[in-house]
Amino acid sequence: MYDTGKIVGGLVIFVVLMTSPLWYNALTAAPAEAPKLDQPPNGSKECVEPRDYMRAYHMDLLNEWRDDVVRNGKRDYASTANGRTFDMSLTRTCLDCHSNKAEFCDRCHTYMAVDPYCWDCHVEPKEAP
Amino acid sequence: MDASRRNFLKIAGLSLVGAAGGSAVIARGTEPAGAASGHGSDQPRTGPRLAMVIDLRKFGRDDELLKRCISACHEAHNVPDFGDDRKNEIKWIWTEEFEAAFHSEAFHYLRADLQGKPTLLLCNHCDNPPCTRVCPTQATWKRESDGIVMMDWHRCIGCRYCIVACPYGSRSFNWTDPRPHIASPNPAFPTRMRGVVEKCTFCEERLARGRQPACVEVCTNDEIVFGDLNDPESKVRQLLAERLAIRRKPGLGTEPEVYYIVEDPRTLIEVAPAAVVSDAVENDHA
Repeated sequence: MYDTGKIVGGLVIFVVLMTSPLWYNALTAAPAEAPKLDQPPNGSKECVEPRDYMRAYHMDLLNEWRDDVVRNGKRDYASTANGRTFDMSLTRTCLDCHSNKAEFCDRCHTYMAVDPYCWDCHVEPKEAP
Repeated sequence: MDASRRNFLKIAGLSLVGAAGGSAVIARGTEPAGAASGHGSDQPRTGPRLAMVIDLRKFGRDDELLKRCISACHEAHNVPDFGDDRKNEIKWIWTEEFEAAFHSEAFHYLRADLQGKPTLLLCNHCDNPPCTRVCPTQATWKRESDGIVMMDWHRCIGCRYCIVACPYGSRSFNWTDPRPHIASPNPAFPTRMRGVVEKCTFCEERLARGRQPACVEVCTNDEIVFGDLNDPESKVRQLLAERLAIRRKPGLGTEPEVYYIVEDPRTLIEVAPAAVVSDAVENDHA
């Protein structure tokens, strides 16, 4: 092989340059800041399900609610967390407490780079002036 | 076997008989099951079958009530207002002249008070809805529990087959984003997005909370009556039993469930003294 030194040297430089952002981050950057979610403005402390479940699976819960209300005509949700019954409604139940959509829904969705289409149709509450 | 004319005719005859018998069996096998809650089928009637009776006797020509019915519905359901832009128009409940609404009846020498009379139209929530049969995603279907022809706007892909299938023009397509054309969105009800078909849902979201449909609620004098067609005691059944009511395009077999009482307005005061009746007639036919 001709010019072995040049080729291997070039390859090493190339790999180092390509992976430099990884090295740089591993050595210097602090872990990305987790989004801080706003508490419900109305002071409610109790969600329809435990907090950890809601954090992980609220999208599944909302899909179930949607199918139950629209397709099965079922509108009451019996909470497993506290035995209360909730109206299965995004705008009436969820947003009744989490009326701060920008500081609650959007902040985390932006962080996770997800773009749910709930708000294409469902009307978001007016931000308190 | 010699291929004589006689043998040919024998075989042809036998084949015909066989084919006729076979198709009869097939026809029996595939007979539509019929909605349990519906009518017009031999199935026993179980459960409610919601229907609406619009008493045309009680609506005037230039009635504020027409506008109130329409605006109550449109405000409750975030129906956009496109003004005179007919291409984008979204219709849940609207008016047409009586002859246009019932053009299939080909009325001739129509009673004067019905000529050109604005008539409220809405989705007929057919018992045999053609729109639901063509929906490729089951975004629209007839609810078996009460016969409402439902819409699932989450599922609609905007193919518009249902618009073609509906013989009443009750379905509208969102060609553009409707949001900018809704004056003050009702947060309790979703809007629709571009590319989705929408129509009247008999206010199923209000019925679920024990309320009457929005257009019925603004009627204080039973101008529109809503109820269960399978309940002989219901107001709709009593009205239909007592009064002549017609439906739009009944010949198509869709079994529309919005009825229009077309009797003479004089029947409203038929128990009154003759003098009152003749006065009222003059007013009504003016």
